[in-house]
Amino acid sequence: MRHLLSTRDLSRDQAIAILDVAEDMADVADREVKKLPTLRGKTVVNLFFEDSTRTRISFEAAAKRLSADVINFSAKGSSVSKGESLKDTAQTLAAIGADAVVIRHGSSGAPLVLANAGWIEAAIVNAGDGTHEHPTQALLDAFTIRRRLHGPASRGHGLDGVTVTIVGDILHSRVARSNVWLLTTLGASVTLVAPATLLPIGVDEWPVAVLFDLDEALARQADVVMMLRIQSERMHAAFFPNAREYSRQWGLDDGRLDRLGPDSIVMHPGPMNRGLEISAGAADSPQSTVLEQVANGVSVRMAVLYLLLSGERTLS
Amino acid sequence: MPARIVLQQADITRALTRISHEILESNRGPDNLVILGIPTRGVVLADRIGGLLREISGTLVPVGALDVTLYRDDLGRNPTRAPSPTQVPPGGIDGKTVVLVDDVLYSGRTIRAALDALGSIGRPSIVRLATLIDRGHRELPIRPDFVGKNLPSSQSERINVHLQEIDGDEYVSIEESGS
Repeated sequence: MRHLLSTRDLSRDQAIAILDVAEDMADVADREVKKLPTLRGKTVVNLFFEDSTRTRISFEAAAKRLSADVINFSAKGSSVSKGESLKDTAQTLAAIGADAVVIRHGSSGAPLVLANAGWIEAAIVNAGDGTHEHPTQALLDAFTIRRRLHGPASRGHGLDGVTVTIVGDILHSRVARSNVWLLTTLGASVTLVAPATLLPIGVDEWPVAVLFDLDEALARQADVVMMLRIQSERMHAAFFPNAREYSRQWGLDDGRLDRLGPDSIVMHPGPMNRGLEISAGAADSPQSTVLEQVANGVSVRMAVLYLLLSGERTLS
Repeated sequence: MPARIVLQQADITRALTRISHEILESNRGPDNLVILGIPTRGVVLADRIGGLLREISGTLVPVGALDVTLYRDDLGRNPTRAPSPTQVPPGGIDGKTVVLVDDVLYSGRTIRAALDALGSIGRPSIVRLATLIDRGHRELPIRPDFVGKNLPSSQSERINVHLQEIDGDEYVSIEESGS
């Protein structure tokens, strides 16, 4: 693996291999010394053109736990606000000697450009690009589902036969896209639930079922219900009448939480709009995996950085 | 040159039995022992030694696995390796006598990595090393305490260890690599 740009081009074996390495990385968190010397001397740059709390912190923790040096870059307060291009930024990072660049960008495809343009030899990790993909989020979601299902015996398993319902703003969600590709690759069956205005054009070609009514979807007792954040920062048109109406029709409130099966789990990639797409009761219930997802994110990102940065670097 | 068998199944069993006796002798009994195998074949050997120690001494000796992949110094020189699980016995390793078990001792770099890995899961009072084959060519000041067989070899030769649990047959052979 040279870069991690999307989950769509991961094979089932590759995906399971990443999750299995993440299991080994998760064991490190239980040790007395929570640090591995594996990436000593490597430099990881977090290149964030969009705001982020957990993804950036998670990548930083992952890189540091593997003993890599971390440079954090956020577009605010950098030369980007003076008009520096992505090319110049990339070449600057190459000159500094970055071995891996973790990039979040508002434009879909920015990581692909960085990986293919020849400006920089480093491994590129997509940490969310526009409305395209967020592969490490999908990997940590798959890891979390797998651990809830199989516990410590998760290694080697896919997600065959698992039913996953993804609810909310599919249109703007890179998390949903990455999850659709990854979860179906791993054998899960995915149902999307959203108002018609928040579904992308071409969704009928995705390997998923689509429903418009949340109660109808919940009646099918999915193993996993994944709530998405309403991304008001990307909404430049009226997609639903108002927040209260959205919450009543597509929000996971306490009543709907009660109707879930006892073993169903509730996921949310964060940050949550409590009271909008998810109630506080649902977010804090024992069925919620929100904090597990954050903890698992570090293990999964350690696995990705390890797989990208160890081994011989073949110059292309 | 075809592969030449140097140990048959019975030889391997005898060597492991002798090593188990030697471990008990040097430790003056089974107390405080922890046996840790280095993946992949070291884990199988550690399990067998654990079983033999129990047979000989009548005491259950904790056995685990210690993965060293993430502590290696040659990660940038070889294709990416997938790590294996580390299993520390419930009692931990603090203050214990840890016996590391590997199949072939060569440069000593795996054992150096194992010593680093041990340091991050605890602080044993003594660390010893058992290996089925010692083929020489050490690159580091590391020496085994218990050896199944010393096998002088040239660096161009390859040693194959096959064990029933992993390979379905059992022998140790030596061959000219590239043949």
